[in-house]
Amino acid sequence: MIEMQNVKKSFGNNEVLRGVSAVFESGKCNLIIGKSGSGKTVTLKCLVGLFEPDEGSIFYHKRDITKMEFDEKKKIRQEFGMLFQGTALFDSLSVESNIRFPLDMFTDMSDSEKADRVNFCLKRVNMTDTNKKFPGELSGGMKKRVGIARAIVNNPKYLFCDEPNSGLDPKTSLVIDQLIQEITAEYNMTTVINTHDMNSVMGIGDKVIFLHEGLKYWEGTNKDILQITEGELFDFIFASDFLKDLRRRATY
Amino acid sequence: MIKIFQSLGEYLLLMRATVSRPEKARMYWIEAMRQCYSIGVGSLPIIAIISLFMGAVTAVQFSYQLRGIGLVPMWWMGSIVRKSMILELAPTLSALLLAGKVGSNIASELGTMRISEQIDAYEIMGVNTRSYLIGPKIIASLLMFPMLVVLSVFLGISGGWLAGILGNFYSTSEYVRGLQDAMKSYDIFIMFIKSVLFAFTISSISCFKGYTVEGGAIEIGMASTQAVVQSSVIVIIVNFLVAFLML
Ligand SMILES: Nc1ncnc2c1ncn2[C@@H]1O[C@H](COP(=O)(O)OP(=O)(O)O)[C@@H](O)[C@H]1O
Ligand SMILES: [Mg+2]
Repeated sequence: MIEMQNVKKSFGNNEVLRGVSAVFESGKCNLIIGKSGSGKTVTLKCLVGLFEPDEGSIFYHKRDITKMEFDEKKKIRQEFGMLFQGTALFDSLSVESNIRFPLDMFTDMSDSEKADRVNFCLKRVNMTDTNKKFPGELSGGMKKRVGIARAIVNNPKYLFCDEPNSGLDPKTSLVIDQLIQEITAEYNMTTVINTHDMNSVMGIGDKVIFLHEGLKYWEGTNKDILQITEGELFDFIFASDFLKDLRRRATY
Repeated sequence: MIKIFQSLGEYLLLMRATVSRPEKARMYWIEAMRQCYSIGVGSLPIIAIISLFMGAVTAVQFSYQLRGIGLVPMWWMGSIVRKSMILELAPTLSALLLAGKVGSNIASELGTMRISEQIDAYEIMGVNTRSYLIGPKIIASLLMFPMLVVLSVFLGISGGWLAGILGNFYSTSEYVRGLQDAMKSYDIFIMFIKSVLFAFTISSISCFKGYTVEGGAIEIGMASTQAVVQSSVIVIIVNFLVAFLML
């Protein structure tokens, strides 16, 4: 479980987060949704300590990451896995070496143990026979899978995904979403996902937080969200007039 | 002006942060070896060609001047080429070439890693990127630059010999006599001092420029250009200071 308390973050005069509090639960996919530029990535980067909030706290089981020294941060990050928006695979390393990197750097596993673990993770994301390829040779969907494999190789307690579906076709998006959902349940991880994709919200939104103008505007589940009939969130979900019209006519 | 001092401060802080205990020494070692290969082997051809021709040009031009005067024995040429290569041409020209090649390479590699969030990805894993990504590059430069400079000296001297023989300025035995004349180990010492200072200047400035890029592809290009320009300027200044203070 992760608890965000009154987090504020500005860049110069740009107040991106104006006091956001939220709880991200374990064993669930916690979604942060909002328009482009609403501060989803900034929130995620505050959570993992890449950005330092101007104010507020972020607790990982009573441990406040915003107050941690560099060495403590390094330690808690051993429990993190992150899938970046552009995957951030290391260009100069093969698929296999990318996934093995955290094991090489932080464990004393033998080469064969590492190879087993790497192959297990690759298999888990349905990517076999690509061990020796380089990131430049993979398609967008494949890169995301490798990104997920790298994120989970160290058995993280917390998984962070920044727009896991961006740049993917709807069908591949669905596969990636399902994969993240299954892995979250399987290992009882606390998973936080940024998205603006309504298919993901409906598919895996165990818990949904809607960011608007630097504040948490709404919070609920994917079941609740369809009940909305007006306001900013309504505009966001039913983006087109056509959909709005459909929603207004529908009865639940 | 304030901005210059601000950058300087950030640069010094970054350099201090690169010194830390490695998470795993073996991984740092592997990375340093990879960098040595890319800096050393990658720069060999250009350094070789330039040095050979610099030695040759030095020989031709000095021979032309000395013959005009007519009072100086031609066997001095060996000594002149050797001294120019060791004291000035090999370290300084190599450094300027390497500022262009290695400097832009380092800055754009780190800049790309920054923009594509690869640096963030390392950080999230718990890697101290300031030491893991910058340290090995500086170490590799400190190791490889002096070797390249030594190579440059030898090739420059060979170039001088070739040019002299082809142009009939002096015989091989005259040239060799000059080479052996009044050899000072202090010159070699200065050469190593210069190589090491230049290596640190170029690699650290380029790492700083690349590591701190913000924005996108255009900013990477700018950072890489700045890395080359600024490290070249500092190299020339350091070169003067070494000559002024130590010769
Ligand atoms: N490193 C940064 N420096 C300055 N401004 C930033 C930085 N990162 C994000 N921002 C600003 O924060 C706002 C929110 O961005 P972001 O969190 O990336 O939005 P999104 O919800 O699309 O992920 C934007 O206005 C952006 O310009
Ligand atoms: Mg974003």
